Amino acid sequence: MSIRERLSGNEATAIAMKQINPDVVAAFPITPSTEIPQYFSTFVANGDVDTEFVAVESEHSAMSATIGASAAGGRAMTATSANGLSLMWEMIYIASSLRLPIVMALVNRAVSGPLNIHNDHSDAMGVRDAGWIMLFSENNQEAYDNMLMAHRIAEHKDVLLPVMVCQDGFITSHSIENIELENDEDVKKFVGEYKPQHYLLNADEPIAVGPLDLQGYLFEHKAQQADAMRAAKNVIKEVSADFEKWTGRKYDFFEEYKLSDAEVAIVCMNSTAGTTKAVVDDLREKGVKAGLLKVRMYRPFPAEEIAEALSHLKAVAVLDKSDSLNAAGGALFEDVTSAMYVNERYVPMVNYVYGIGGRDTTEKQLESVFLDLVEIAQVQNVDNPYRYLGLRKGEN
Amino acid sequence: MTEINASTPMEKLTIGGNIYEAGNAREFKTGDWRSMRPEWIQEKCKQCGLCFPVCPDNSIPVTEEKKRTDFNFDYCKGCGVCAKVCPFGAIEMREEGVQ
Repeated sequence: MSIRERLSGNEATAIAMKQINPDVVAAFPITPSTEIPQYFSTFVANGDVDTEFVAVESEHSAMSATIGASAAGGRAMTATSANGLSLMWEMIYIASSLRLPIVMALVNRAVSGPLNIHNDHSDAMGVRDAGWIMLFSENNQEAYDNMLMAHRIAEHKDVLLPVMVCQDGFITSHSIENIELENDEDVKKFVGEYKPQHYLLNADEPIAVGPLDLQGYLFEHKAQQADAMRAAKNVIKEVSADFEKWTGRKYDFFEEYKLSDAEVAIVCMNSTAGTTKAVVDDLREKGVKAGLLKVRMYRPFPAEEIAEALSHLKAVAVLDKSDSLNAAGGALFEDVTSAMYVNERYVPMVNYVYGIGGRDTTEKQLESVFLDLVEIAQVQNVDNPYRYLGLRKGEN
Repeated sequence: MTEINASTPMEKLTIGGNIYEAGNAREFKTGDWRSMRPEWIQEKCKQCGLCFPVCPDNSIPVTEEKKRTDFNFDYCKGCGVCAKVCPFGAIEMREEGVQ
């Protein structure tokens, strides 16, 4: 039986970590994820968990300590945001290439500069090719649920990859919403005990982790990581199905909201999907066949499935909460358009970079996107595929 | 330990290059890093014992009788320290691959 509560996204994440009761948590405070290690260290101090909490001196050390703990054979977790993730960057690649099933909460925030502490997805987009599984969460419930599923995915023998659970800084991390929590015992049963096959603290099998890997081998090891990422799709599907059986809450690679009979749709991630749902409902009342595709599993990227799900539409807008600053599209737009092209699906598609540095994205703005799409659907022509939403710009 | 080399297919390699056995540095032949090759001129060698202690690797094998034998080229990187310390000109450095 679920427990009705009201929690912020950070509280929900910390409680998930408490219920998981990992062997090691190593973290360094950074806005807006600070509360996660803060709450968690309280659990440690109160004896609610058996975890060794390592108060490190930097995020580089946080990820390094997490890697060490995981390689040693422990279940290791951490949390960070933005520049904290930037400082971890070197070790992010080490974690995935050593195939360590670390789980990290990433509370999305703009990577400075200029200095900003508010939400966008530039931190996550900076590590999108680092070999981590990346799950995005619309609200506190999804942040909690994704966290409960993360270890089962990461530790699966076909996967053995680290998992990053993303949620929007402040918008989700600091907003208190209703949530359904699961019982400690049920969580423990679902997450299961971690039994690594090979680990450094096994005295019966002394091993070497992370040896030199030159021209003759690195290519093959990277391809193994790519294979694991492909295999993760099935595992994520299985774990999500088990989770639904347990909690009744359904998770897929992405959520289709009123998409099957839609003519125009928005593709986005995290909290903006919630606002978009309200706009979809509103427009449906007005007779506009609007829909939403909310990406939950960004890495591995469900290219084939997304192409299929969008193929019947007359126009699609992909919303990027991070500007790739590349004189072309944002990262999600590039992924979605590439998925469509490779799968031989053509739908007129437009990219909106929005919400940068925590800029509010309103229902009105999202409605304007749908109205743009209705026009594009009529003329079947996109005059400018690279657009901004909510940017101040003077008339020329 | 499974023997691997540059033609081993990816399916046969361990994940992350992990090595599930200890004490295996010997398996990693570093001699191919060498660009200069020491040549031991046995007739000039007085077996004075100055060369093998300065070898940064263990590329000058020594017998029970404390006599050096020819270089172990699996590990010699051609640094030339042995040639430098030899008082008798019994070690000459030559370009690798040139006779």
